[in-house]
Amino acid sequence: MSELKEELKAKIIEQLNLEDVAVADIADDDALFGDGLGLDSIDALELIVMLDKDYGIRLSDPKEGRKIFESVQVMADYIQEHRTK
Amino acid sequence: MSKTFHIKSYCHIKDQTVSVNGKSIFSDDAKDFSTFIKNAYKSLKTDYPKFFKMDNLSKLAFLAADVLLKNENLNEVENSTALIFSNKASSLDTDRKHQAAIENEAEYFPSPAVFVYTLPNICLGEISIKHRLYSENSFFIFDRFNAEHLQLYANSLLKSGKAEKVLCGWVDLDENKYDAFLYLVENEGEIEHKIEEINSLYNIL
Repeated sequence: MSELKEELKAKIIEQLNLEDVAVADIADDDALFGDGLGLDSIDALELIVMLDKDYGIRLSDPKEGRKIFESVQVMADYIQEHRTK
Repeated sequence: MSKTFHIKSYCHIKDQTVSVNGKSIFSDDAKDFSTFIKNAYKSLKTDYPKFFKMDNLSKLAFLAADVLLKNENLNEVENSTALIFSNKASSLDTDRKHQAAIENEAEYFPSPAVFVYTLPNICLGEISIKHRLYSENSFFIFDRFNAEHLQLYANSLLKSGKAEKVLCGWVDLDENKYDAFLYLVENEGEIEHKIEEINSLYNIL
C-alpha cells in the first residue's frame, strides 16, 4: 500500500505537470483539490484517464471522482480494491 | 481628421531570445522549445504555476504577453485591453499530440489536458485569466504576418471605444520552430501605429 501511494504521488506530479512539487511534499491525507494541491476540473479528468489506463478502473460517472480523488490515501484504498491490472 | 494611435511597447520571442523594445532580456542555449521557455519563465520571475499545464503555443503567447502587460499596472477590477493575435500554424503542434493519442484504438487514452488546447485561441483565455481582461479577443490564421489586418482591427476597437489598449501580433509555433511578436497599442507612445512601422518592428530582429 505504501508503495502504491508513492507511485500515485509520482504519477500525479508528472501527469498533472506540478512544477516544483516533490513526492515528499504531498502527505497521504492532503486534499488534492481546493486548498490542498489546488487541482482543477481538467486535472480531475486526467486522473480519471489515469485510473483507466494504469489500473484498469473505468468510472462510469465522473462525479464518483469527487470522493475517490479526495486524497492520495483515499485513491490508493479505492485502487487497491477495484484494480483490474 | 482621423485619430492616430501609438505602439507603446513590443516583445519578440524567437531564436532562443526574449526581447522587449528590441533589447534582449533573456537568452538561452536550449534548442528545445520546452526547455527554453521553462528557463525563460524562471529567469523572468513569472510566478504562475498554471503556466506548466499549458501547451507550448499558450506558453509562448502567455510569456510574450506577460512581459508587456505586467508593467502596465492594469486595473484588476476593470480594464479594457483587447487581444488580437494571429499565426500560421494554428494549434497544429498540440493537434498532432492529440491525434497520436487517439489513432491507436487498442491504446485509446486521449488526454483531456492536451485536448483542451486543440484550438489556437485558448492562449487568449490564459492571458485574460492571468491579467483579468474582459474585453474583446480574436485569433486569426494567416499565411503570413499580416500587419494590415492587425492595424485595421486594433484601430477600429480603439476608435469605437471598445478598448483602451490593444495587445496584438503574431504567435506561431510548430515543434521547435517558434516566432512571437506582440505589441501594445494605445493613445500615447513614441511609435505611430502604421503598417510600415508594424512591419519594421516585426522584422527588427
